[in-house]
Amino acid sequence: MSWYARAAKLVCFAAFMATLAFCTADVQSVVDPVGPQSGKIAGLWWFFFWLLGAIFLLVMLAALWTLTRPNRGFGQEPLEATHQISEETQNRTRRVVTGATIATVVILFVLIVASVGTGKGISELRNKEGGLTIEVMGIQWWWQITYQTSDSSLGVTTANEIHIPVGRPVQIRGLANDVIHSFWVPNLHGKADLIPSRVNTLWIQADKPGVYRGQCAEFCGLQHAHMIIYVVAETPDKFRVWYDRQLQPAAPPSDPVTQRGQQVFMNNACVYCHQIRGTDAAGQNGPDLTHFGSRLGIAANTVPNTPGNLGGWIADPQSTKPGNHMATIAVNSSDMQPLIDYLESLK
Amino acid sequence: MFSRCRSSLFICMCLLLAGCQREKRDVRPSPTELAVYGNAAKQSTLRPGGPVSPQPVVTNPHNGSGYDISEGQRLYSWYNCNGCHANGGGGIGPPLIKQQWIYGGQPANIFDTIVKGRPNGMPAWGDRIPEYQIWQLVAYVRSMNGHQPTSATPVRPDSIETNPQNLRNRTSGETK
Repeated sequence: MSWYARAAKLVCFAAFMATLAFCTADVQSVVDPVGPQSGKIAGLWWFFFWLLGAIFLLVMLAALWTLTRPNRGFGQEPLEATHQISEETQNRTRRVVTGATIATVVILFVLIVASVGTGKGISELRNKEGGLTIEVMGIQWWWQITYQTSDSSLGVTTANEIHIPVGRPVQIRGLANDVIHSFWVPNLHGKADLIPSRVNTLWIQADKPGVYRGQCAEFCGLQHAHMIIYVVAETPDKFRVWYDRQLQPAAPPSDPVTQRGQQVFMNNACVYCHQIRGTDAAGQNGPDLTHFGSRLGIAANTVPNTPGNLGGWIADPQSTKPGNHMATIAVNSSDMQPLIDYLESLK
Repeated sequence: MFSRCRSSLFICMCLLLAGCQREKRDVRPSPTELAVYGNAAKQSTLRPGGPVSPQPVVTNPHNGSGYDISEGQRLYSWYNCNGCHANGGGGIGPPLIKQQWIYGGQPANIFDTIVKGRPNGMPAWGDRIPEYQIWQLVAYVRSMNGHQPTSATPVRPDSIETNPQNLRNRTSGETK
């Protein structure tokens, strides 16, 4: 085998392995399903992949095969004008073309049936009893999450993070407040566009505890790329604990530093946009901060929720997320640490 | 003939470039950019004493910027200005679409009104919201009266008018 054939083989093998490695990455991956919905979608994906891959291979082999046919020389190939194809060749060509056309149509029908079947399978997930309904509203550029119950006093509003119990179907009601967004957590389900003045519904279920990353999948402006949502799937017990905590208003600050932080929050522009239940802050323009300290990220999960990142975010929001709608306010340097401590204490 | 064609094309290009000004935006405003509030404007030229020394005219740094006017429009409802002034027509508070202003209609006057508040209900916002946002509000309020170039004035808000609260009630089976 010549050296270039060996090199070509090596490159092909490396590319194949890289593809496989890419497909098994578990962060925000369609082919790493953790629920019945994404499982069906992943099944369809692999069916398409193997079937169409096989067809691609066959077509390539056929093309290569034609190259290997021996050249019969100029003498045996008359010019087009005088060329008469023999009856036998003509019949054979007709058979091959007809066969290939029928095969193509049949394969397309198989793909349609598989695709429609998957769609139908996905729509079968419905809540049985005591269902969980979560409203997800896309807003430039964050997510408002509202747990809806028949008793409105048991509803919970949070942001950028959905907690769900494993093994239970959850209804997501998708809305948008300004422009079109799209809710997409690939490990759980396909995309659902969130359209102003419409409600789009989808059902998700996670069968494995974990944190699944999702992202806005419809271009919605400057910070579309930093509109990230986490779905935290927990055991039912842990979910219950989390939900009961969310129902509580924010605990009043206990030590002088966090008390000072609360004062700073209340005396600044923060209160016009943010709500902290249990205090006077009742703004509705920005995310609810009642249990901010328990969240994973800041600024729709653009950066992890650490005191340092929070300080940077408050002091200069346009640096962390240029173009976002949070006001750049002047906080005294001596007030910054109490403010950070207060917000992080809102567990 | 050809040269006239070329020069008119050149003028058109210049006009196009001039139009770009409306999109100029300061993406990282400083929270303490201008420390002028408190004496940005004089409501009257009357003053005691000798000859009047000319006052420096305070101009709105965000004048004529489409971005800042639309930001002002967003803030107008975020900070609940429309709670009293409605969409400029007034209600609890005086109308903003008008020719007569109680405290002056120049940018600096409106800035002062927002910063210091006024008797009978207008709150003071000066130590609450950053100054660049006050100037954005001034730019928007001025645009209500046609005091901004039409090239910069939004014909409609950036956002689509929806009311999710109504929507929720209308379409939800669970909530009443």
